[in-house]
Order: sequence, then structure tokens, then C-alpha cells
Amino acid sequence: MLSLLEKWAVDGRLALGVFLLSLFGVAMIYSAGAVNTPDPVVSDAWQRQVLWFAIALLAFTLVARIPLGWWEWVAVPAYVVTLVLLAATLVVGTGAGTAASTKSWIDLGAFRFQPSELAKLATVLALARLLSTRDEPPAGLRDLLAPGLLVGVPLGFVMLQPDLGSGMVFVGVLYGMLYWAGTPPLMLLLVASPVAGLILSFDTRIWSVYIVVLFLVLYLYRYRLFLYESAAVILVNVAAGAVAAPLWRSFRPYQQNRLLVFLDSTVDPKGAGYNLLQSKVAIGSGGISGKGYLLGTQKRFDFLPEQHTDFIFSVIGEELGFVGVGVALLLLGYVLYRLVRMAEKASDPFAGLVLFGIFGLWFVHIFVNTGMTVGIVPIVGIPLPFMSYGGTFLVVSWLAAGIAVRLAHER
Amino acid sequence: MKTQHPHTRRRRAMGAVAGLLLTFTFLAGSFFRVQVLASSDYKLRAEDNRLKRLDVPAPRGTIFDRNGRVIADNVPGYAVTILPASRDSIMATLAQLQPYVKLTDAELSRLEATESRYPRQPLTVSADVGLEAAAALLERRSEFPNVYVEMRPQRRYVGGPAVSHVLGYIGEITSEELGSARFPADRYQPGMIVGRTGIERQYESILQGKPGVRYVEVDARGRVVGDFAGSTYRPSMAGGDLRLSIDLELQQWIDWIFPKEKMGAVVAIDPTDGTILALYSAPRFDPNDFVGGVDPELWEQLNSDPGKPLFNRAVLGLYPPASTFKLATAAIALDLGLIGPQDDMPVPCSGGMSYANRYWRCWEPQGHGSLDLAGAIQHSCDVYFYQLGLKIGLERLLQEGTTNIGMSRQCGVDLPEEKAGIFPADANFWQNRFGYSPNESEVLSLAIGQGPNSQTPLKMAQFYTALARDGSSPAPSFFIGRQDEAEGFELKLNAEGIEALRQGMRQVVGRGGTAYMSSLPYWDLMGKSGTGQNSLSLQGLADDHAWFAAIAGPRGKPPEIVVVTLVEFGGGGSAVAAPIAAKAADLYLRRKYGVPVDTIQTLREHRITGRPIR
Repeated sequence: MLSLLEKWAVDGRLALGVFLLSLFGVAMIYSAGAVNTPDPVVSDAWQRQVLWFAIALLAFTLVARIPLGWWEWVAVPAYVVTLVLLAATLVVGTGAGTAASTKSWIDLGAFRFQPSELAKLATVLALARLLSTRDEPPAGLRDLLAPGLLVGVPLGFVMLQPDLGSGMVFVGVLYGMLYWAGTPPLMLLLVASPVAGLILSFDTRIWSVYIVVLFLVLYLYRYRLFLYESAAVILVNVAAGAVAAPLWRSFRPYQQNRLLVFLDSTVDPKGAGYNLLQSKVAIGSGGISGKGYLLGTQKRFDFLPEQHTDFIFSVIGEELGFVGVGVALLLLGYVLYRLVRMAEKASDPFAGLVLFGIFGLWFVHIFVNTGMTVGIVPIVGIPLPFMSYGGTFLVVSWLAAGIAVRLAHER
Repeated sequence: MKTQHPHTRRRRAMGAVAGLLLTFTFLAGSFFRVQVLASSDYKLRAEDNRLKRLDVPAPRGTIFDRNGRVIADNVPGYAVTILPASRDSIMATLAQLQPYVKLTDAELSRLEATESRYPRQPLTVSADVGLEAAAALLERRSEFPNVYVEMRPQRRYVGGPAVSHVLGYIGEITSEELGSARFPADRYQPGMIVGRTGIERQYESILQGKPGVRYVEVDARGRVVGDFAGSTYRPSMAGGDLRLSIDLELQQWIDWIFPKEKMGAVVAIDPTDGTILALYSAPRFDPNDFVGGVDPELWEQLNSDPGKPLFNRAVLGLYPPASTFKLATAAIALDLGLIGPQDDMPVPCSGGMSYANRYWRCWEPQGHGSLDLAGAIQHSCDVYFYQLGLKIGLERLLQEGTTNIGMSRQCGVDLPEEKAGIFPADANFWQNRFGYSPNESEVLSLAIGQGPNSQTPLKMAQFYTALARDGSSPAPSFFIGRQDEAEGFELKLNAEGIEALRQGMRQVVGRGGTAYMSSLPYWDLMGKSGTGQNSLSLQGLADDHAWFAAIAGPRGKPPEIVVVTLVEFGGGGSAVAAPIAAKAADLYLRRKYGVPVDTIQTLREHRITGRPIR
């Protein structure tokens, strides 16, 4: 039985993990549709998800049989094609569902898909290709310029859509792969420092302290960086601090509220804080053992927003309680753990890098999606791999799993 | 980086697993905090979310008349309520409701104001839309997801317009009243119906019930999913019932016989205990129009009507009592022991008399000659009462009139509003009002009910009640179990004196009396007419105010009803006011003694119709 599974899935344990997650997802999507005033789009979603699940399994089976060499070869063309698609979304892209105001989708009549999902995978392949050709791990900031640019271009496109969630995923991919390539942690921190400078500039005193600390760090590690690199870090940080206020003012009030609500969920309980509050009420009222499958009142009475997509985890929390959340987290964690172990075993650098790219990709999806339902991460529309409703994402996630098992077992 | 050493890979993998463990522990900890540690808080919030509290209005207490007949009760109405939602969605729902619940612009703006004053509270669109509209709305329930239609008790005034000035009307509590001393916040909530005037206001604390609470389950969009069948439902408690001394049939009979197009008032009192049998003011309104909110157009009309239908003339109207006051002059003289019933006055009536360089006319230019007290009352002889006034003296008349009978005091009736009569307490009155000191001749005017003297019909009824009793008169009241009973007054009259006063009044309706045509063949009727001059009648622009005070009962027994009638600009008291008083007394006594009720009551009616007197 297990050998049969191994034969089909190459790596049975990863496949089993994502398979169980997908089944769990279908069950929860079915529950999400079971509300008192049903909306056919939501109540029939599980049927479509089952269909997509079948397609995803087929795609996985095929992809798991495509050898490593082909993936190395296809990495760059795939990257270029998805960049073109991403650029196209900015012109012909349409919104969908709650993300109606963004241009994330390309509508092909009978069929819609999100190029950004494909772009994430293509970027993983292209970056793996780039990093695997290097002789040494990146040592200085200069070495990070090319990888940063490679990820920065699609990142810029998705931020223009605008799709903050996908943007965070690209950053996760970059960091996961740079880590695996052996980039010193200090460099990773310095790359991230402008973001910290942006955030901390809300208070001049805190920001001043931060800049002083940054100077100290650069001084301590003066032998590991070129002077112009240090200067660039300082310059970018100062620039981030300077643009913070005008940037904040350029946000629409609802955008500002979304961020403020993260700090204090009671800021706007009927507006921006509503989703977070209702999600927390759903999860919290689930208690240890939950209200029972299909019986969540928050969900039934329509208090939960997007309960079949972005907030599917809140339904788990409400109906299956802390026990259900624990099982789901264990499964998700296991899948990520498997990716790490597979990367460890992979002797081919390209394979290991791709596996860690997928790790970074899923890690951000999982952490941000589950974290936002309890308010430890700001609410960004980002689905939960294998569990949230959504055709493109489910198929792409299974594609990624297929690539992962294939590359991990390449000899 | 063509190849990686397995040790390197192992080290980095360990780092990644450590990071993974850290983040997932953090995630699990966050869920633990929300789901286990703070779970009870969130459970409450989840309950709160799906249950919306609705008040269940309590029916007001039923009001009965003295015979146990219902004057005001409650019937089921169909209230339409919009559940709390955003302002935009409430406004949209209101617009959507238009075809079913006809709302005027004024009502719409009132609802908008209510919504902005009490946001996130259920908004009652209409307390009663009627069965048809309610059925239509319930049929289209899915189109009106956040509209709640419920049965709600509605005030119904069985007594109709006839009882309007007794019961008053009701209305929704205003935001200003809410939390005031009269309407404490622990008993009153926005949207509650309270008594505005009359008995409804006076006995608000008894009649008001205790609203209940019900919960309906709603979803996040405010759509009603159904009633919550939990234990949180608390039924409303009806207000206390009230039994009034009013005789509903008498009240309605008065409404029926009072001349249409005329303004005026009728007050009937049971002299045995001073309770009010009927209190009527014309024109009147229909208190049923105020149930569920008065139509602004009607309200405007009621307020601008020159007849002032909202004005209760029986307790707020002040009229010169004219000749009806002569009994007060006589009673004061008897009380002071100044005359005996058989005494006549030094100057016989020759159509007038001279006093203080002025000739004081009697209303009868032919003169009445020498009269005893009863005769003077029968003929309403001014010359007799001029001299009686002089005998009492100005100072004593003022003192007795104010401190004893209370002509400048309120009667203390249990209604929210009552005017005190105008009557001078002492000489300062003239000084303050007219800027001169009165001379003794003022007493001549006052003795015949003229001069600075204005009384409410109720006050005159209270005074005549004393004559129907033993000289004492309690404060008139509607509610027999009244706790705050005001003090009445007491005249020291002996039986002989009272009999003389009654004899005089009996002769008024006896053969040769001015009100003979209003006499009642079956009952002992006594009365006194009055013709009150007013500013319009003095200019010849209108008739005088017509008064008639009647006392009646079975022959040879103590009186059982006092009726005072005032018809504004009615003309002569005997001709216009007397028949109303007589017919009211007749109906009351017939019903009391089981005599078949008949619309042919007075002597005049018998004569016109030719119906024999058995």
C-alpha cells in the first residue's frame, strides 16, 4: 500500500500530508457553505473544489514525473513568460470576490486564473537557477543585488495590482532561498532593515535610537562589508524614514485603518476591525473542542467574512476548537518539515534551493493566513495552501508539491 | 556552489526546523490564548452577535367606568420595526417600505431623527400598520430581511370622543422627558408610550406596565432568522387597571345631547361621595387618533381650530358665574347666621335700588316686590342679593368666598391640569389689578356673581355639591382609591337653611320658574340658571354664556346627582343650559333606579311629543 503510494507520489509522506490537508479543506469548505441564509456561490464551492482537487492530483502525477534537467531548462523561460503575464494583468486584469478592486486575475472567458500564483513558482525556479550557478554563498550585499532584482521585478508587479499578500510571499521565497544558499544572517537583516526603518519612523525618538544601533552594527561588522554597502544601507534607511510620513498620508483612510486595527482591534469594530473581531470571536467561542462540525454560529449567521477562502481557518477554530486547530497546524507544520528534510537530503543544489523556495512560499502563506485570523498578523487577503477554496491556488500548490517530490528524489 | 557539503545542509536544515518549531509554537500559543484562556469572553460575544434584543411593549392598564364598563383597553396592533443596521441601509429599507406602510415626509424625517438620536436601537416605523399591510410584509419577508413585524398592544378608547377630556391622550416619550423626575430612566425607555394629558397622564404610574424583553436570532446582515427559544425571554407585565367614577353611558349621553356646533362644558358629580360621574367639554377630539402617533396634519388642525378642541373647558375654562353665584352669596349669609330663610330684605324690589349715589338695577324692571330667600332664588332677584351682599359686607364676602369656599383655589381634582378661579381675597386685589381701592359698593356686583369673579364649571359643580349634601363638599375626584385626596370645604349650614336654598332652586324648575320647561316629571329637580355677560355679548356681538346648575334625586330623598352645564355664548341659562343638565340627571337616575331609559325626558319634550306623563 505504502509502496504503491510511494510509486505514485515519489515521496509518500509529503504527498500524504498535502492530500490530507486538501481533504480537510474540502470538508471545511463544505461546512463554510452551510449557513442559514445560503449563498449559492459559497454553498456550492465545495463541489468545484473537489473538481479542482481532481485536476490538481492529475497535474501532480504528471509533474512528479518530469526530470530535474527539464525544470532547470524551463526555469528562465517560465520566469519571463509569467513576468509578461503579470505585466498584462496590470492592463487587462480583473478583480474577483473581495479583491474586487485589485487586478490580480486574467479572465479567459470560461476560465480565470491568477498569474501571480504561477509567477511565485516560476520565480522559485529562476532564483534557484541563479543561486545554484554561484560558486560561493553570497557574502556581501553586492552578491544579493542580482537575486534581489530577480525577485524584485515580479514583486513590484504584484504590489502594483495591488496585492500585498503575494508581495509578502515573494519576500518569503527570497529569504528562504537566500538562507539555504548560505547567506549570512547579518546580510539578511540588513536587507530587511529599510522596512524596519519605515515602521519605526512613526516615533522620531525610537527611529533615532534605531539609526544609532544600525551605525553600531555596521561599525562592528566593518570588515565584512564594503564601505559603499554600509553607506547604501544607511542611505536607504534614512530615505525610508523620510518617506514614511508622506507615504502614510497617501494611504486611503481604510488602508490606514487596516494597519491601525492590527495594533488595536477595537479601533473600528464595525469597519476595518470587523473582520478581525468576528474572526477572533469565532475562534475564541470555539473553545477547546469546538461547536461541532457544521454548527458554527458565527459562520452560520454570516458574521465571518470570506469563510470559505481567506478565513477558512476561523471556521476550523469555531467548529473544531483548539483540538481541530492543533491538528491542522500539525499537518501544515509537518508538510513544511518534510520540505526541510527533503532539501537536506537533496545533493543537487538546484533541487535544495527549489525546495526551500517552496518552503518560503508556503511558510508565508501559512503563517500569515492563520496568524491573521487571531490578529498576530495584519489582515491581508492571502489563502491557506490546500485548504482555502480557490482553483488556481490549489492546482499550483499541488504543482509545487509535484516539483518538490520529483527534485528531492532526483539522483 | 556547485555542490553543498552534507554537513552544511544538515546545519541549515536544523536551523530551519528550529525556526519552524518556534513559529508554530508561537502560532499554537496564540490560538491557545484566544481559544482556551479567553474563550468565555468570546463565547459571550458570539451569543451577543446572533441575538438581538427587542423590547416587548407592555399593554397599558385597562380603564373601567364605575359600573365596570370598559372605557379604554388594548387591542393587538401590527408594529413594524427595523432592526439595527447602518443608517444607509435603514434609509433604504424605509424607502422600500413606502408602498406598504404609507409614510408622509414628516413621518420620514421624524424617523430619521429618531434613528440618529438612538442609533443601533430597533426603530419602530409604525406601531400599527393594520392587518393588510402586516400580511403583505410578512408575505414578502425575504425582501425585507431586517424588518420585524410583531403584534403589539394598542390603546383603544372604547369611550371614543365622549371621554376625550377625561382620559386625555397618549404619545411616545420624548428624549427630553426620558430620565426626568416624572419618567425615571430605570422605568422608561425610548419608544415607550406615556400618558400626555388627562387620566392617562395623571395615573401614568399605575397604567404603565413593565416592558418585557425578547431576543431574535439574526445574522451579521441583521436578517431575522427566528425567535430565540432560550430562557432569556421575559414577558411584559401589563399596567395596573383603573376603575374610574365616571359613568360611561352618562358621559356618552351628554356628548349626544350637547348642542353640536356649541362650545361648553358639563360636569356631573355624585354628591354622596364627591366623585365625578361625568366631565365633558365641547368641542372634543378622538383620543384614538393619537394612538400610534398623531398625524401631524390632524395635530395642526386640532391646534389651529378656533374652537380649541384640545382645551378642557370643564377644568381650564374660566367664566363669570353670574346668577349661579347667588347661591354662594346666600350660603355665606346663612353660614354667618346673618339671615333666616324666611327673612325678607329692607327694600322690596321695584326694579332696582339706590345705593351710594347710584341706581342699581334688577334684571326685572317690573320689580319682584318683597321676597324671602327661596323666592329671591327662584326669581334671581338682584335687589334682594344686593342687600344681602351689603349685609355680609365686602370684607366678609371676600374672606368667606376665598378661604371657605375656595373660589380662588383649585378644587384639587385628580387631573394634571386645573385652573384656579379668580376671586378677590381682599382689597389689595383691586389695588394690584386696577390701581384703586374698592368701595363698599363692589359687594353689590360680587353678590350677584358679577365683578372680578371667574370660575371653572368644575368649581361651580363642587360648590353645588355642598348644597346637595350638608354644606360640605369634598374635592371632586375620578378615582375612588385616590391617595392624594385634596381637601374640600365646609359651610356651616343647618338643615333649615339648606332646605330653603333647595326650595328656591326647586321653584326655578317649578311652575312659574324660568326653567319649568326643563323639569323632570319623575324626579325632584332643583336648579339655578346664570347668564354670564362676556366681552363679546356686552358689545352685542354674541350671546351671553349660559349656565345651569342642577341638583336632582328621587322625590323625598337626598339628592343623588349634581350637574353643572355651561354653554359658551349659549344665551339664556334656563333655555339652553337647563335642558342639558336635566336630561343628564334624568338618564343617570333612570338607570340607577331601573326606570326605562327614554329620550323624552323634560316637560317640554313631553309636551312637544304629546307623550303622557305616567
